[in-house]
Amino acid sequence: MTNFRDHAIKYGLLVLLATMIVFFSIAQPAFLSMINVFIILQSVSIVAILALGVTATLAVNGFDLSIGSTAAFSMMMASYVMIVFDGGTTAAILTALGVGVLVGLVNGFMTVQMRVPDLLATLGMMFLLLGLQLIPTQGRSIAAGMSLSGGETAPGKFTEAFLFLGRARLFDIIPVPVVIMLVLAVITYLFLERTRHGRVMYAIGSNERAAHLAGARVKFYRYVAYVMSGVYASIGGILLAARIGRGDVSSGNSLLMDGVAAALIGFAVLGAARPNAQGSAIGALLVGVLLNGLTMMNTPYYTQDFIKGLVLVAALMFTFGLSKKRG
Amino acid sequence: MGIQSDSIEISGIKKSFGTNTVLHDISLTVSGGEVLALMGANGAGKSTLVKILSGVYQADGGSISVNGQTSIIDTPQQARESGIVTVHQIINDGVVQDLTIAENLILDQLCDGRFPAFVNKGKLHERAAEVAKTIGLDLPLDTKVAELSQADKQLVAIARALSVKPRLLILDEPTSSLSEREALRLFDAVEQMRDQGVAIIYISHRMSDIRRLADRIAALREGRIVGLFEKPLDYDGAVHSMLGHAVGEVMHDYQSGEASRVVFRQVQLAEGSKPFDLDLKTGQIVALTGLLSSGCASVVESLFGMHEFASGTVMLDGAEWRAASPNQAIKDGVYMVQEDRGNNAIIPDFSIENNTSLPFLKSFSWLSFINRDREKARVKEVIDLTKVKYTDPTAEMSTLSGGNQQKVMVARWMLEECRVLLLNEPFQGVDISSRRQIGKLLRETAKDRVTIAVCTDVEEALEIADRIIVFNHNNLVGDHRIDQIDMPTLIKQIAAAPDADFTALSSSKTQETDIHA
Repeated sequence: MTNFRDHAIKYGLLVLLATMIVFFSIAQPAFLSMINVFIILQSVSIVAILALGVTATLAVNGFDLSIGSTAAFSMMMASYVMIVFDGGTTAAILTALGVGVLVGLVNGFMTVQMRVPDLLATLGMMFLLLGLQLIPTQGRSIAAGMSLSGGETAPGKFTEAFLFLGRARLFDIIPVPVVIMLVLAVITYLFLERTRHGRVMYAIGSNERAAHLAGARVKFYRYVAYVMSGVYASIGGILLAARIGRGDVSSGNSLLMDGVAAALIGFAVLGAARPNAQGSAIGALLVGVLLNGLTMMNTPYYTQDFIKGLVLVAALMFTFGLSKKRG
Repeated sequence: MGIQSDSIEISGIKKSFGTNTVLHDISLTVSGGEVLALMGANGAGKSTLVKILSGVYQADGGSISVNGQTSIIDTPQQARESGIVTVHQIINDGVVQDLTIAENLILDQLCDGRFPAFVNKGKLHERAAEVAKTIGLDLPLDTKVAELSQADKQLVAIARALSVKPRLLILDEPTSSLSEREALRLFDAVEQMRDQGVAIIYISHRMSDIRRLADRIAALREGRIVGLFEKPLDYDGAVHSMLGHAVGEVMHDYQSGEASRVVFRQVQLAEGSKPFDLDLKTGQIVALTGLLSSGCASVVESLFGMHEFASGTVMLDGAEWRAASPNQAIKDGVYMVQEDRGNNAIIPDFSIENNTSLPFLKSFSWLSFINRDREKARVKEVIDLTKVKYTDPTAEMSTLSGGNQQKVMVARWMLEECRVLLLNEPFQGVDISSRRQIGKLLRETAKDRVTIAVCTDVEEALEIADRIIVFNHNNLVGDHRIDQIDMPTLIKQIAAAPDADFTALSSSKTQETDIHA
């Protein structure tokens, strides 16, 4: 029955996804409506983008725990530029992306130059950013017309162009964040699977020393991975700010766990048993479908985290327990 | 404990994996107080047999009995209880890196509860010292094992195995990572165990080990015992039956080489060592030999940009040259087959194909996108050239035998034109027939490059080299042409104590270069 096992490993998660979709659409015909499909996609787009970023760090055998707080900090900085400085769309976006690059470089510096283990370095960065995002506004959320510490009213507002990123729909149906997510998924897939840079990143993740001795510039690639992760997180932050239209101090809270979970669930997609872009996107989708379907069937909201955890644990057992790589 | 004469009888052991029968019908008897050397090429079934004896695999048929009583050995635990202890080839399985030597030595006692919950450090060291003494292990006991050399780790693993006082001790290639001096210590320990009445199965590729230790030799080929030799031992006969064909001395013509390509000028390997000059020519294979940490490895590692020479300069094709990193060395056409391929060369998650192409992906890529068809085609060329036996190039490396893995690692560096090919212990864990094939290939392709191979094993060096250079304690002490080699001198140079007078030794007539004292 090894053949069955191989198939189970390879297609198990996709079969599960398909089964869920069939089940929910029978139980709730509205589930498969065009509108609901895009609601699901929109709900997972930001998480999927973060998952794609963390996939890059996982590929080099790193781990970025700071993605959630990078997204949150980027969101706050974009909002701050727009509301407090009245800086406009471009400045807000560039600031947020700059945050992503900078965080990635610092994470890279800590792990490569200072040799701090990845989990610890990025955990530290996570705390640092969670704290830092509160300082400019003394812990308050940022919204148009907020009063500043000097008593005056903030001059700026969220521009239409900025809000477009989070709220508009292409052809009146496809939400812009979904489009951005799909584009990033394709780019990340091509980069990791088809380019020599991606290949080298996987080589580093599998055996860093051997990759180095085969000529790979290990340090460079680790920086690249963390900068990718930081930038993707800040794109997530921009979309979040654009969707909710304010810089909300608490809205980035679940992003880290959801993003990491999606990337880890992705290990089990098509039996890859390694971080991969398509898997991370599908992992995010799987969680989104499950939560949306259960919500439509009136499952209480407070069970959501439990269900996500259940999917993650099952997927991990798929990957590691059934994989032929372990004797 | 007096001298018991245990007798361990292995009879009719069979083992198949799927349709592939690995062991046909193995019967052997080993008695306490003797060393049975087990010889066999890779794939002959040695490791399977060892795994069955140590309880890792279960035999499909046959039995193992100790002193006439059948032992059921289904788990490693049961093997240990029957008094069968194995030191495996892969050292890292035998030691816990993060613990100290002392903790490793008495790990079994720690685990089985012979120690109270709170371990008294003094007591622990006292018992560990006893264990260490059994094989003359002379290292500070509170050192972490991770900080030790491979050789010392090996000795710790062996000492640990001996701490349980086995009836049958199985040593699987114990000297493969030891220098000759360290091997001597191991031999003493093995002989000591034998004299205490332990039965020993000693598995090795190395004739020198076998000559020194074996009381009997069993030759294994294709899952069968094909020869059993008693004293007086016929070593050539044993090798003959193991290989199934005659091993004539591999003799090749001396190549004097063509153009000077790599020139060392007053290079010092370590602070305080004597600077040397050396002129290496294309078309020649140069073997560097010497004990472990004699400096041979530093020569190739420094050329490849892994370290720096302590002082001096290297000229490459007439220009002063130094690689700051392996990356740069490769760009400049200096390639290196690494020792210990599992840690230093193989990407375990990659297929055979992707492992091969890794250093030269650029040549199959356009705007960084890999052209997979070209990659496949080029990889196929080189792995066929190095005679890798594979069924599916997209399978993982672990599907290949050690010898074939090494052929892939050599193939990797045949993808592009090479100016200098460095090899560090290229025959580590490689069976004899693969070793022959690799050696032949190196000789056939040597023409337009400089080839420098580090071979601690002199026999390997003799097999491939035109010129053998001896290092001893970071000093160049000998330089021999293969066709004028004087073995006693060579051995003396390798084994000499570091403060010996090298000028006396190196004045042999085979000298090609001057050694600057």
